[in-house]
Amino acid sequence: MALSTREAYGQALEALGHKYPFIVLDADLSKATKTDIFAGSFPKRFFNIGIAECDMMSTAAGIASCGNTVFTSTFAIFAAGRAYEQIRNSIAYTGLNVKVAATHGGVLIGEDGGSHQAIEDIALMRVLPGMTVLVPCDEVSTEMLVELAINTDGPVYLRFGRFPSPPVYGDKGISFTQGGANVVGEGEDVAIFAVGDMVAAAMQARAALLEEDISAAVIDLYCVKPLNEGLIAQWATHTKAVVTAEDHSVIGGIGSAVAEVIAENGGTKLIRVGIRDTFGRSGKPLDLARHFGLTSAHIAAACRDALTGR
Amino acid sequence: MSEKELRALAVWAYRIRRLSLEGICAAGCGHPGGSLSCAELLAYLYFHEMRLDPANPQKNDRDRLVLSKGHAAPAYYAALALRGYFAKGEMRNLRQLSSMLQGHPDMRKIPGVDMSTGSLGQGLSVANGMSLAARVAGIDYRVYCIMGDGETQEGQVWEAVMTAAHYKLSNVTVFLDQNGLQIDGPVSEVMNNAPYDEKFTAFDWHVIPINGNNLAEIDTAVQEAKREDSRPTAIICRTIKGKGISFMEEQCSWHGAAPSSEQAIAAFAELDAILAELEVAK
Repeated sequence: MALSTREAYGQALEALGHKYPFIVLDADLSKATKTDIFAGSFPKRFFNIGIAECDMMSTAAGIASCGNTVFTSTFAIFAAGRAYEQIRNSIAYTGLNVKVAATHGGVLIGEDGGSHQAIEDIALMRVLPGMTVLVPCDEVSTEMLVELAINTDGPVYLRFGRFPSPPVYGDKGISFTQGGANVVGEGEDVAIFAVGDMVAAAMQARAALLEEDISAAVIDLYCVKPLNEGLIAQWATHTKAVVTAEDHSVIGGIGSAVAEVIAENGGTKLIRVGIRDTFGRSGKPLDLARHFGLTSAHIAAACRDALTGR
Repeated sequence: MSEKELRALAVWAYRIRRLSLEGICAAGCGHPGGSLSCAELLAYLYFHEMRLDPANPQKNDRDRLVLSKGHAAPAYYAALALRGYFAKGEMRNLRQLSSMLQGHPDMRKIPGVDMSTGSLGQGLSVANGMSLAARVAGIDYRVYCIMGDGETQEGQVWEAVMTAAHYKLSNVTVFLDQNGLQIDGPVSEVMNNAPYDEKFTAFDWHVIPINGNNLAEIDTAVQEAKREDSRPTAIICRTIKGKGISFMEEQCSWHGAAPSSEQAIAAFAELDAILAELEVAK
């Protein structure tokens, strides 16, 4: 049974805790963010700050200022949203080694509903100078990206989902680097850039399109910042169209990031698959995916539309 | 402390005031009121109490200060310069593009600054973090945090107050610079949040009210705070905003404005007169 990226995070954090001396903070959500696994093994390196996310972020900065690496976890909406300015002024402006590891990103978190479904966190974090933004899509990429975060100097934002994610990477052979992106499916007609849960959905879309003789490449854009602009420009030049897919608003996330690069490099047809500037709502993940246009069928349709220039 | 030691520190406080004013006048902007009210606190910390080495600003076991009321940067920089972290002459370049001296403290650019501040309400959280780092590393240093009374309107301050008490951070000492004024008027009129003593006590802190411009009282309070082994301490400092320059004292309007050239001449004359008196008495 596939793990969710948040569960993979919790396990990776504990495993890496034996190798690296970092410290972990949570804001009363450690059972959900899975930092409780680390806390169980390393109680002296874990501090619960309670329901006080702003306090947590600045406290993390204080710990980091003394030469430590710190992970802070809560839900994406509270991390990037509520504590935005603390991240901005205590962590990004100072360039400290704080890794904001936020779980429950996107509408596909399900029944908690709109107040909790973060559709804007990638946008908020990617606009901060010096912030590295990493979005794992499965268990393997989660393990690799959590360790990459530890070995990346300065602030990092990691975004995890809630429900189990089908595996995208078979083993740990592929490399993950700051500023990197991985081609997980080759193709020539259309390039799909995706993050998180949408990577697996994009692979399904690719399989469906192959039956229609449409060759779609899928690129896991796991490092949203710093963005691999050269790679994006190259794919835009060598295919006939580009599609982006994310469980996030089409405003400000990877859709916008890719659009920025394409526009500066001469332009090509782009269609952004994502949340179309609306808040989330309660529902089962599968129902929400259909409701908000986040299924592989939607991605495939976007590819067809992009190729016919609609 | 002896009378002689106290007077020596009083001299440092007024040198801090004078150098702050030089910076603010050269820049044509800055925050005199809140810089002047905490000059005694900074003098006490940098010239008597804190274990520091200007030649080694990143020394791991140093005592630390978080100037949570970051707009008092001119006084902070003056203290750091006088203490030997950088040349006093740099104060003439305060807030200029070419200078390392930013409008609010910047730990990346200025040696001696332990944390970047300026956005009110975050400093105590940071101080708590420094204290937790000491605990994890098994090192013994103290963490001081200077905050403003207006600043405690920020809810995050009280989150941090909870955290410090919960984790028994007895090496954290807050100085609340209670000068009674904020930008839009007296604190009591804009958003009253007194009494401070009872509030901190209710949050399980040790509380010591003092005259924050009186060095002997600062000394007694800090030494008392150091004897606490299970609670953080809040030293509630009644101070005078703009202290040391007669026309700036107790005025909201001097929160964030530089004096005119005429006013500056008068201000320097006052400070120099006090310094002369203090030096003679030494």
